[in-house]
Amino acid sequence: MKGNRGRTLRSLWRSGVDHMATALAILATVLVVAPLIAIFFYLVYKGASSLNWAFFTQIPKPEGEVGGGMANAIVGSAVVLFVASLFGIPIGIGGGIYLAEFGRGTRLANAVRFTADVLNGVPSIVMGIAAFSLIVVPMHHYSALAGGVALGIMMIPTVTRTTEEMLLMVPHSVREAALGLGVPNWRSVISITLKTASPGVITGCMLAFARVAGETAPLLFTALGNQFWSVSLNHEISALPLQIYNYAISPYDDQHRQAWAGSLVLIALIVIAVSLVRFFTSRGTLKGAS
Amino acid sequence: MGVGIEVKALNAWYGSNHTLQDIELNIPANHATALIGPSGCGKSTFVRCLNRMHETNPIARVTGTVRIGDLDIYHDISPVEIRRRVGMVFQRPNPFPTMSIYDNVCGGMELNGFRNRRELDEIVERSLRNAALWDEVKDDLKKKSGASLSGGQQQRMCIARALAVDPEVLLMDEPASALDPVSTSKIEDLIFQLKSQYTIVIVTHNMQQAARVAEKTGFFLNGRMVEFDSTHKIFTNPSDKRTEDYITGRFG
Repeated sequence: MKGNRGRTLRSLWRSGVDHMATALAILATVLVVAPLIAIFFYLVYKGASSLNWAFFTQIPKPEGEVGGGMANAIVGSAVVLFVASLFGIPIGIGGGIYLAEFGRGTRLANAVRFTADVLNGVPSIVMGIAAFSLIVVPMHHYSALAGGVALGIMMIPTVTRTTEEMLLMVPHSVREAALGLGVPNWRSVISITLKTASPGVITGCMLAFARVAGETAPLLFTALGNQFWSVSLNHEISALPLQIYNYAISPYDDQHRQAWAGSLVLIALIVIAVSLVRFFTSRGTLKGAS
Repeated sequence: MGVGIEVKALNAWYGSNHTLQDIELNIPANHATALIGPSGCGKSTFVRCLNRMHETNPIARVTGTVRIGDLDIYHDISPVEIRRRVGMVFQRPNPFPTMSIYDNVCGGMELNGFRNRRELDEIVERSLRNAALWDEVKDDLKKKSGASLSGGQQQRMCIARALAVDPEVLLMDEPASALDPVSTSKIEDLIFQLKSQYTIVIVTHNMQQAARVAEKTGFFLNGRMVEFDSTHKIFTNPSDKRTEDYITGRFG
């Protein structure tokens, strides 16, 4: 009898601990998600009312005038981010491939990995200064190109390190399968290992993209900002974070409202871009593929 | 058609670990040869020396001669090329996880630049039939991922993949050790059929398996080959005391 009771007590205790652990996990989840939701709703609350057709189709009105929009900043952000991705993603993925596949254990690889980690910690304003002295100064003018390169450099470490980690997660047996069929190593790396790791690599690219999409500091003295239409890589260009920054510190209420709306649009566009990439890269996945 | 394998003074190392010592061996063409021995005795290393997979490990080293047919594989040919002539099936099924069954089977051809669709279709069907998998997968070839098959089916798919590049030798490193008995017996039937066309070398921990499928058996112990003879002789009347101790279960 006594043993029986002991068992019941113990099982009560165990299920109690089990519930506790579950509750703690749920609490942690709520704490993680809550700030995100709070920010999003606050943005909707502050920004949604200023969203209208003009916001997406018109360029900014001169100082003090009411109305206008951020069409040029939206397009400018797209241009700058396109340049950044074109520059940062291939270099980042190439670096990751080197670290995981070709340079494993070598001194150069360790140096590259260390540099990437340090680069990841460099303040974004410093990236701006670097791009300024590397591109703006020799070209003698601000440009979309310089802004894109500054953001692209910021993308490299994230892309490199996630690519490396994702490649290392591909089981050794898969590489051996390819090598055992007489496939040259470079071909196996590109067509088998990288392809197997691609969902994770794409996630890394999207993380890097989303991170730099909201950066202001590297653009301040590279892309500079522009009150007018421009899609040229060779001229200063507007970008959403720059426009938000300029409007947020301006003295006019209408511009404050537009800054809120711009923030909302920036977040929405990042979410849309990431979802689109996910949608298109997950299509054609086979039944039962892991 | 299979070709014979002639091994002379083969030594192999992992780092400072001398895993194979002075192996001398003649493996006959178009037969199945089994390699048995306790874990860590070097039999896996040995088969990996026959298609130069051993040297894909950066700390690995090998000396000696291996002739496959009339080629000295360490002098006359590149490691990549020899692996197209000497196929390998691994201990655990290792399908390409992102690929369909079809792409898995013709993976070796496609990745080597072979692009003729009609011929690929034929190769895939022939290889899957040879691997006794065709009837089970013919309707899902391009729809299902290779990784969605059962373990036994995956292993037969890996055999089909190895056969698709039309090798002369097929190395099998414990091909059934991760499979259930039904799948195991299917793989064994398959080895039985395939050995008329290919030279097969199979590493196994299962002595009944060796007795069932192989004409010749070699016994490895501590990096040396203790005895190599007809399977019947090894299992009924071995010449070496250590072989007898192993097959009667006194150690290992």
